[in-house]
Amino acid sequence: MEIPGNAEPLTTARRAGMLACTRCGLVHASGPARCGRCDAPLDPRGRKSLQAVWAWLLAGVVVYIPANIYPMLRTATLLEQSESTIVGGAIDLLEHGSYGVAAIVFIASVLIPVGKFIAIAYLALSLNRPGALSIHQRHLLYEMVEFIGRWSMIDVFVVAILSALVQLGSVAIINPGIAAVSFALSVAFTMLSAQSLDPRLIWDADEEPA
Amino acid sequence: MDRLAPGDRQAGAPDRPLLACLTCDTLHYEPDVPMNHVATCRRCGRVLAAPRDNAFARVLALALTSTILMIGAVFFPFIDLSVAGLQNRTSVLDAALAFSTGMMVPLSVAVALLIVLIPVTRLGAIIYTLLPLVRGCAPWPHAPLAFRLAERLRPWSMAEIFVVGVAVALVKVGGLATLSIGPAFWAFAGLVLVTVLHDNAMCRYTIWKSLETPSR
Repeated sequence: MEIPGNAEPLTTARRAGMLACTRCGLVHASGPARCGRCDAPLDPRGRKSLQAVWAWLLAGVVVYIPANIYPMLRTATLLEQSESTIVGGAIDLLEHGSYGVAAIVFIASVLIPVGKFIAIAYLALSLNRPGALSIHQRHLLYEMVEFIGRWSMIDVFVVAILSALVQLGSVAIINPGIAAVSFALSVAFTMLSAQSLDPRLIWDADEEPA
Repeated sequence: MDRLAPGDRQAGAPDRPLLACLTCDTLHYEPDVPMNHVATCRRCGRVLAAPRDNAFARVLALALTSTILMIGAVFFPFIDLSVAGLQNRTSVLDAALAFSTGMMVPLSVAVALLIVLIPVTRLGAIIYTLLPLVRGCAPWPHAPLAFRLAERLRPWSMAEIFVVGVAVALVKVGGLATLSIGPAFWAFAGLVLVTVLHDNAMCRYTIWKSLETPSR
Protein backbone atom coordinates (compact mmCIF):
# COMPACT_ATOMS: atom_id res chain seq x y z
CA MET A 1 0.00 0.00 0.00
CA GLU A 2 1.07 3.59 -0.54
CA ILE A 3 2.13 5.49 2.52
CA PRO A 4 0.35 8.85 2.43
CA GLY A 5 2.71 11.81 2.34
CA ASN A 6 5.42 9.84 0.57
CA ALA A 7 4.54 11.04 -2.91
CA GLU A 8 7.59 13.28 -3.24
CA PRO A 9 10.78 12.16 -5.01
CA LEU A 10 12.90 9.47 -3.39
CA THR A 11 15.75 10.52 -1.13
CA THR A 12 18.10 8.39 0.88
CA ALA A 13 19.03 9.01 4.49
CA ARG A 14 22.64 9.52 3.45
CA ARG A 15 21.67 12.15 0.89
CA ALA A 16 19.64 13.97 3.53
CA GLY A 17 22.71 14.04 5.80
CA MET A 18 21.34 11.46 8.19
CA LEU A 19 22.31 8.02 9.31
CA ALA A 20 19.92 5.07 9.47
CA CYS A 21 20.27 2.05 11.72
CA THR A 22 20.74 -1.10 9.62
CA ARG A 23 19.04 -3.26 12.25
CA CYS A 24 15.83 -1.41 13.05
CA GLY A 25 15.59 1.41 10.50
CA LEU A 26 15.53 4.30 12.97
CA VAL A 27 16.88 7.49 11.40
CA HIS A 28 19.42 9.57 13.30
CA ALA A 29 20.97 12.92 12.68
CA SER A 30 24.67 12.24 12.01
CA GLY A 31 26.72 11.88 15.12
CA PRO A 32 25.86 9.06 17.50
CA ALA A 33 27.91 5.87 17.24
CA ARG A 34 25.10 3.59 18.41
CA CYS A 35 21.42 3.39 17.57
CA GLY A 36 19.21 5.07 20.15
CA ARG A 37 16.57 2.36 19.91
CA CYS A 38 18.33 -0.99 19.51
CA ASP A 39 21.89 -0.03 20.47
CA ALA A 40 23.40 -1.55 17.31
CA PRO A 41 26.57 0.19 16.11
CA LEU A 42 25.71 2.70 13.40
CA ASP A 43 27.77 2.22 10.28
CA PRO A 44 28.10 5.05 7.81
CA ARG A 45 28.73 2.76 4.88
CA GLY A 46 32.44 3.03 4.43
CA ARG A 47 34.94 1.02 2.56
CA LYS A 48 35.48 -0.91 5.79
CA SER A 49 32.55 -3.18 5.05
CA LEU A 50 34.05 -4.01 1.65
CA GLN A 51 37.32 -5.08 3.25
CA ALA A 52 35.41 -7.51 5.44
CA VAL A 53 33.57 -8.86 2.38
CA TRP A 54 36.84 -9.57 0.56
CA ALA A 55 38.56 -11.01 3.63
CA TRP A 56 35.76 -13.50 4.39
CA LEU A 57 35.37 -14.36 0.71
CA LEU A 58 39.07 -15.12 0.36
CA ALA A 59 39.01 -17.26 3.51
CA GLY A 60 35.98 -19.12 2.11
CA VAL A 61 37.72 -19.85 -1.20
CA VAL A 62 40.91 -21.01 0.54
CA VAL A 63 39.19 -23.55 2.81
CA TYR A 64 37.03 -24.73 -0.09
CA ILE A 65 40.17 -26.23 -1.69
CA PRO A 66 40.94 -28.84 1.01
CA ALA A 67 37.20 -29.53 1.19
CA ASN A 68 37.49 -30.93 -2.32
CA ILE A 69 40.85 -32.68 -2.01
CA TYR A 70 40.35 -34.61 1.21
CA PRO A 71 37.71 -37.29 1.82
CA MET A 72 34.29 -36.28 3.08
CA LEU A 73 33.14 -39.78 4.07
CA ARG A 74 35.07 -42.89 5.09
CA THR A 75 33.04 -46.04 4.63
CA ALA A 76 34.08 -49.43 5.98
CA THR A 77 32.02 -52.53 5.14
CA LEU A 78 32.71 -56.24 5.50
CA LEU A 79 34.31 -56.37 2.10
CA GLU A 80 36.01 -53.10 1.51
CA GLN A 81 37.10 -49.81 2.88
CA SER A 82 36.64 -46.66 0.83
CA GLU A 83 37.02 -42.95 1.08
CA SER A 84 35.08 -40.52 -1.05
CA THR A 85 35.50 -36.85 -1.74
CA ILE A 86 32.62 -34.53 -2.56
CA VAL A 87 32.91 -34.92 -6.33
CA GLY A 88 33.86 -38.59 -5.95
CA GLY A 89 30.66 -39.23 -4.01
CA ALA A 90 28.58 -37.63 -6.74
CA ILE A 91 30.34 -39.72 -9.41
CA ASP A 92 29.72 -42.90 -7.37
CA LEU A 93 26.03 -42.06 -7.26
CA LEU A 94 26.05 -41.51 -11.02
CA GLU A 95 27.61 -44.91 -11.62
CA HIS A 96 24.95 -46.53 -9.47
CA GLY A 97 22.33 -44.89 -11.64
CA SER A 98 20.91 -42.46 -9.08
CA TYR A 99 21.04 -39.45 -11.38
CA GLY A 100 18.65 -37.35 -9.30
CA VAL A 101 20.52 -37.63 -6.02
CA ALA A 102 23.86 -37.20 -7.81
CA ALA A 103 22.57 -33.97 -9.33
CA ILE A 104 21.40 -32.68 -5.92
CA VAL A 105 24.77 -33.44 -4.31
CA PHE A 106 26.66 -31.85 -7.19
CA ILE A 107 24.50 -28.73 -7.22
CA ALA A 108 24.54 -28.26 -3.43
CA SER A 109 28.22 -28.80 -2.88
CA VAL A 110 29.90 -27.66 -6.09
CA LEU A 111 27.70 -25.38 -8.20
CA ILE A 112 26.19 -23.34 -5.34
CA PRO A 113 29.44 -22.65 -3.45
CA VAL A 114 31.35 -21.74 -6.61
CA GLY A 115 28.42 -19.68 -7.87
CA LYS A 116 28.34 -17.86 -4.54
CA PHE A 117 32.04 -16.99 -4.73
CA ILE A 118 31.55 -15.56 -8.21
CA ALA A 119 28.33 -13.71 -7.30
CA ILE A 120 29.79 -12.01 -4.22
CA ALA A 121 32.97 -11.03 -6.08
CA TYR A 122 30.88 -9.63 -8.94
CA LEU A 123 28.66 -7.62 -6.58
CA ALA A 124 31.66 -6.22 -4.69
CA LEU A 125 33.54 -5.33 -7.87
CA SER A 126 30.62 -3.79 -9.70
CA LEU A 127 29.62 -1.31 -6.97
CA ASN A 128 29.38 2.18 -8.43
CA ARG A 129 30.09 0.82 -11.88
CA PRO A 130 27.63 0.34 -14.70
CA GLY A 131 27.56 -3.35 -15.49
CA ALA A 132 25.66 -5.99 -17.35
CA LEU A 133 23.07 -6.20 -14.56
CA SER A 134 20.74 -3.41 -13.50
CA ILE A 135 20.53 -2.37 -9.83
CA HIS A 136 17.35 -4.37 -9.38
CA GLN A 137 18.95 -7.48 -10.85
CA ARG A 138 22.01 -7.03 -8.63
CA HIS A 139 19.75 -6.69 -5.63
CA LEU A 140 17.97 -9.89 -6.64
CA LEU A 141 21.35 -11.63 -6.96
CA TYR A 142 22.30 -10.40 -3.49
CA GLU A 143 19.06 -11.73 -1.99
CA MET A 144 19.60 -15.08 -3.71
CA VAL A 145 23.14 -15.35 -2.31
CA GLU A 146 21.84 -14.55 1.19
CA PHE A 147 18.99 -17.03 0.89
CA ILE A 148 20.81 -19.93 -0.74
CA GLY A 149 24.08 -19.55 1.19
CA ARG A 150 22.85 -21.28 4.33
CA TRP A 151 21.55 -24.28 2.40
CA SER A 152 25.04 -25.44 1.45
CA MET A 153 25.41 -26.56 5.05
CA ILE A 154 23.13 -29.48 4.12
CA ASP A 155 26.11 -31.58 3.04
CA VAL A 156 27.70 -31.31 6.47
CA PHE A 157 24.44 -32.36 8.12
CA VAL A 158 24.09 -35.36 5.79
CA VAL A 159 27.59 -36.48 6.77
CA ALA A 160 26.75 -36.01 10.46
CA ILE A 161 23.54 -38.03 10.21
CA LEU A 162 25.13 -40.82 8.17
CA SER A 163 28.04 -41.13 10.58
CA ALA A 164 25.76 -41.21 13.59
CA LEU A 165 23.36 -43.67 11.98
CA VAL A 166 25.61 -46.15 10.22
CA GLN A 167 27.65 -47.55 13.10
CA LEU A 168 26.93 -51.24 12.67
CA GLY A 169 30.04 -52.92 13.99
CA SER A 170 31.63 -55.11 11.36
CA VAL A 171 28.82 -54.81 8.80
CA ALA A 172 29.12 -51.16 7.92
CA ILE A 173 30.63 -48.11 9.52
CA ILE A 174 30.61 -44.59 8.13
CA ASN A 175 32.94 -42.00 9.60
CA PRO A 176 33.27 -38.35 8.68
CA GLY A 177 36.38 -37.19 6.83
CA ILE A 178 38.34 -34.04 7.47
CA ALA A 179 36.85 -32.36 4.38
CA ALA A 180 33.60 -31.95 6.34
CA VAL A 181 35.35 -29.45 8.60
CA SER A 182 36.76 -27.34 5.79
CA PHE A 183 33.50 -27.46 3.89
CA ALA A 184 31.56 -26.24 6.94
CA LEU A 185 34.09 -23.45 7.43
CA SER A 186 33.84 -22.48 3.78
CA VAL A 187 30.05 -22.18 4.02
CA ALA A 188 30.29 -20.15 7.25
CA PHE A 189 32.93 -17.79 5.81
CA THR A 190 30.91 -17.15 2.65
CA MET A 191 27.81 -16.45 4.75
CA LEU A 192 29.80 -13.92 6.78
CA SER A 193 31.11 -12.41 3.55
CA ALA A 194 27.60 -11.97 2.18
CA GLN A 195 26.41 -10.52 5.49
CA SER A 196 29.24 -7.98 5.51
CA LEU A 197 28.20 -6.65 2.13
CA ASP A 198 26.02 -3.67 2.91
CA PRO A 199 23.08 -3.76 0.46
CA ARG A 200 22.93 0.04 0.65
CA LEU A 201 26.23 0.12 -1.26
CA ILE A 202 24.53 -1.64 -4.16
CA TRP A 203 21.75 0.93 -4.22
CA ASP A 204 24.05 3.93 -3.87
CA ALA A 205 25.02 3.55 -7.52
CA ASP A 206 21.39 4.19 -8.41
CA GLU A 207 21.39 7.65 -6.85
CA GLU A 208 21.75 10.54 -9.27
CA PRO A 209 24.68 12.76 -8.34
CA ALA A 210 23.57 15.57 -6.07
CA MET B 1 18.01 12.53 22.23
CA ASP B 2 19.70 11.53 18.99
CA ARG B 3 16.33 10.76 17.58
CA LEU B 4 15.61 12.99 14.65
CA ALA B 5 13.03 15.61 15.37
CA PRO B 6 10.12 15.44 12.94
CA GLY B 7 10.33 18.15 10.33
CA ASP B 8 14.12 18.33 10.39
CA ARG B 9 14.32 16.91 6.96
CA GLN B 10 13.21 19.91 5.03
CA ALA B 11 11.31 23.10 5.70
CA GLY B 12 7.60 22.64 5.48
CA ALA B 13 7.71 18.85 5.72
CA PRO B 14 4.81 17.30 7.57
CA ASP B 15 5.41 16.75 11.26
CA ARG B 16 6.09 13.03 11.07
CA PRO B 17 9.07 10.90 12.04
CA LEU B 18 11.13 9.17 9.39
CA LEU B 19 12.03 5.60 8.66
CA ALA B 20 14.83 4.40 6.38
CA CYS B 21 14.55 1.24 4.30
CA LEU B 22 17.02 -1.30 5.66
CA THR B 23 18.02 -2.45 2.20
CA CYS B 24 18.39 0.71 0.14
CA ASP B 25 18.41 3.55 2.70
CA THR B 26 15.44 5.33 1.10
CA LEU B 27 13.65 7.66 3.52
CA HIS B 28 9.97 7.24 4.17
CA TYR B 29 7.64 8.93 6.58
CA GLU B 30 6.78 6.48 9.29
CA PRO B 31 3.85 4.59 7.90
CA ASP B 32 0.53 4.45 9.67
CA VAL B 33 -0.38 1.09 8.22
CA PRO B 34 -3.86 -0.30 8.87
CA MET B 35 -4.08 -3.81 10.32
CA ASN B 36 -3.43 -6.62 7.84
CA HIS B 37 -1.94 -4.31 5.23
CA VAL B 38 1.64 -4.29 4.03
CA ALA B 39 3.79 -1.22 3.40
CA THR B 40 6.73 -1.74 1.06
CA CYS B 41 9.72 0.40 0.10
CA ARG B 42 9.07 2.54 -2.95
CA ARG B 43 12.48 1.88 -4.43
CA CYS B 44 13.49 -1.72 -3.70
CA GLY B 45 10.17 -3.27 -2.65
CA ARG B 46 11.32 -4.49 0.78
CA VAL B 47 8.49 -4.90 3.29
CA LEU B 48 8.67 -2.01 5.75
CA ALA B 49 5.73 -2.83 7.97
CA ALA B 50 3.06 -5.52 8.00
CA PRO B 51 1.00 -5.24 11.17
CA ARG B 52 -1.52 -8.00 11.90
CA ASP B 53 -4.26 -8.51 14.45
CA ASN B 54 -2.94 -10.05 17.63
CA ALA B 55 0.47 -10.38 16.05
CA PHE B 56 2.39 -10.43 19.33
CA ALA B 57 0.18 -13.10 20.88
CA ARG B 58 0.38 -15.17 17.70
CA VAL B 59 4.16 -14.97 17.44
CA LEU B 60 4.53 -15.70 21.15
CA ALA B 61 2.26 -18.75 20.90
CA LEU B 62 4.22 -20.06 17.93
CA ALA B 63 7.54 -19.47 19.72
CA LEU B 64 6.31 -21.41 22.76
CA THR B 65 5.11 -24.22 20.46
CA SER B 66 8.53 -24.33 18.81
CA THR B 67 10.23 -24.57 22.19
CA ILE B 68 8.11 -27.55 23.21
CA LEU B 69 8.69 -29.27 19.86
CA MET B 70 12.42 -28.62 20.19
CA ILE B 71 12.51 -30.33 23.59
CA GLY B 72 10.78 -33.35 22.06
CA ALA B 73 13.05 -33.32 19.03
CA VAL B 74 16.20 -33.41 21.14
CA PHE B 75 15.21 -36.06 23.67
CA PHE B 76 13.10 -38.58 21.76
CA PRO B 77 14.74 -41.14 19.46
CA PHE B 78 15.17 -39.83 15.97
CA ILE B 79 15.76 -42.71 13.58
CA ASP B 80 16.14 -46.47 14.04
CA LEU B 81 18.32 -48.33 11.61
CA SER B 82 18.34 -52.10 11.43
CA VAL B 83 20.13 -54.41 9.05
CA ALA B 84 21.04 -58.10 9.37
CA GLY B 85 19.97 -58.24 13.00
CA LEU B 86 22.03 -55.25 14.00
CA GLN B 87 20.31 -52.16 15.23
CA ASN B 88 21.33 -48.60 15.83
CA ARG B 89 19.22 -45.85 17.28
CA THR B 90 20.15 -42.23 16.72
CA SER B 91 19.01 -39.05 18.39
CA VAL B 92 19.63 -35.49 17.28
CA LEU B 93 22.40 -35.23 19.86
CA ASP B 94 24.14 -38.29 18.37
CA ALA B 95 24.13 -36.57 14.99
CA ALA B 96 25.81 -33.55 16.52
CA LEU B 97 28.30 -35.74 18.35
CA ALA B 98 29.19 -37.66 15.17
CA PHE B 99 32.23 -35.43 14.75
CA SER B 100 33.39 -35.74 18.33
CA THR B 101 36.59 -37.62 17.59
CA GLY B 102 40.00 -36.06 17.19
CA MET B 103 40.33 -32.97 15.08
CA MET B 104 36.65 -32.69 14.35
CA VAL B 105 35.44 -31.73 17.82
CA PRO B 106 34.91 -28.07 16.83
CA LEU B 107 32.61 -29.23 14.05
CA SER B 108 30.58 -31.19 16.59
CA VAL B 109 30.16 -28.02 18.62
CA ALA B 110 29.21 -26.07 15.48
CA VAL B 111 26.58 -28.61 14.43
CA ALA B 112 25.07 -28.64 17.94
CA LEU B 113 24.98 -24.84 17.83
CA LEU B 114 23.38 -24.64 14.39
CA ILE B 115 20.65 -27.22 14.87
CA VAL B 116 19.78 -26.91 18.58
CA LEU B 117 21.46 -24.18 20.61
CA ILE B 118 21.05 -21.23 18.24
CA PRO B 119 17.37 -21.98 17.47
CA VAL B 120 16.71 -22.33 21.21
CA THR B 121 18.53 -19.07 22.05
CA ARG B 122 16.58 -17.31 19.35
CA LEU B 123 13.25 -18.61 20.64
CA GLY B 124 14.20 -17.63 24.20
CA ALA B 125 15.08 -14.10 23.09
CA ILE B 126 11.81 -13.73 21.18
CA ILE B 127 9.76 -14.99 24.13
CA TYR B 128 11.65 -12.63 26.46
CA THR B 129 10.89 -9.69 24.16
CA LEU B 130 7.24 -10.44 23.54
CA LEU B 131 5.93 -11.86 26.82
CA PRO B 132 5.62 -8.49 28.61
CA LEU B 133 4.24 -6.84 25.45
CA VAL B 134 1.47 -9.42 25.14
CA ARG B 135 0.53 -8.92 28.77
CA GLY B 136 0.40 -5.20 28.17
CA CYS B 137 3.31 -4.34 30.49
CA ALA B 138 6.41 -2.33 29.80
CA PRO B 139 9.18 -4.33 28.08
CA TRP B 140 11.67 -6.08 30.31
CA PRO B 141 15.14 -4.58 30.65
CA HIS B 142 17.45 -5.15 27.68
CA ALA B 143 14.53 -6.30 25.51
CA PRO B 144 15.92 -4.37 22.49
CA LEU B 145 19.20 -6.21 22.94
CA ALA B 146 17.38 -9.56 23.10
CA PHE B 147 15.36 -8.81 19.98
CA ARG B 148 18.44 -7.62 18.11
CA LEU B 149 20.16 -10.89 19.07
CA ALA B 150 17.20 -12.89 17.78
CA GLU B 151 17.34 -11.08 14.45
CA ARG B 152 21.09 -11.45 14.24
CA LEU B 153 20.90 -15.21 14.78
CA ARG B 154 18.22 -15.77 12.18
CA PRO B 155 20.47 -16.87 9.29
CA TRP B 156 22.42 -19.17 11.62
CA SER B 157 19.42 -21.08 12.87
CA MET B 158 19.50 -24.10 10.57
CA ALA B 159 16.94 -26.56 11.91
CA GLU B 160 15.05 -26.65 8.61
CA ILE B 161 18.22 -27.38 6.66
CA PHE B 162 18.94 -30.24 9.03
CA VAL B 163 15.52 -31.77 8.32
CA VAL B 164 16.17 -31.75 4.56
CA GLY B 165 19.62 -33.20 5.30
CA VAL B 166 17.91 -36.06 7.13
CA ALA B 167 15.73 -36.70 4.09
CA VAL B 168 18.80 -36.87 1.82
CA ALA B 169 20.58 -39.21 4.25
CA LEU B 170 17.50 -41.45 4.34
CA VAL B 171 17.56 -41.74 0.55
CA LYS B 172 21.23 -42.72 0.70
CA VAL B 173 20.84 -45.47 3.32
CA GLY B 174 17.29 -46.46 2.43
CA GLY B 175 18.40 -49.16 0.00
CA LEU B 176 20.80 -50.83 2.42
CA ALA B 177 18.84 -51.12 5.63
CA THR B 178 15.43 -50.94 7.25
CA LEU B 179 14.73 -47.55 8.70
CA SER B 180 12.05 -46.47 11.08
CA ILE B 181 11.44 -42.87 11.89
CA GLY B 182 11.00 -41.93 15.54
CA PRO B 183 8.82 -39.26 17.16
CA ALA B 184 11.71 -36.79 17.24
CA PHE B 185 11.77 -36.63 13.45
CA TRP B 186 8.12 -35.56 13.34
CA ALA B 187 8.76 -33.06 16.14
CA PHE B 188 11.59 -31.59 14.11
CA ALA B 189 9.51 -31.48 10.93
CA GLY B 190 6.72 -29.73 12.87
CA LEU B 191 9.27 -27.32 14.27
CA VAL B 192 10.30 -26.28 10.76
CA LEU B 193 6.70 -25.59 9.78
CA VAL B 194 6.01 -23.57 12.93
CA THR B 195 9.22 -21.57 12.48
CA VAL B 196 8.18 -20.53 8.98
CA LEU B 197 4.73 -19.45 10.21
CA HIS B 198 6.32 -17.61 13.08
CA ASP B 199 8.84 -15.71 10.95
CA ASN B 200 6.08 -14.67 8.58
CA ALA B 201 3.74 -13.48 11.31
CA MET B 202 6.38 -11.25 12.87
CA CYS B 203 6.27 -7.57 11.94
CA ARG B 204 9.65 -6.24 13.00
CA TYR B 205 8.61 -2.63 12.60
CA THR B 206 5.72 -2.99 15.06
CA ILE B 207 7.96 -4.76 17.58
CA TRP B 208 10.63 -2.05 17.38
CA LYS B 209 7.98 0.63 17.79
CA SER B 210 6.58 -1.02 20.89
CA LEU B 211 10.03 -1.43 22.37
CA GLU B 212 10.84 2.26 22.11
CA THR B 213 7.71 3.96 23.45
CA PRO B 214 8.05 3.42 27.19
CA SER B 215 11.48 5.04 27.44
CA ARG B 216 10.12 8.47 26.71
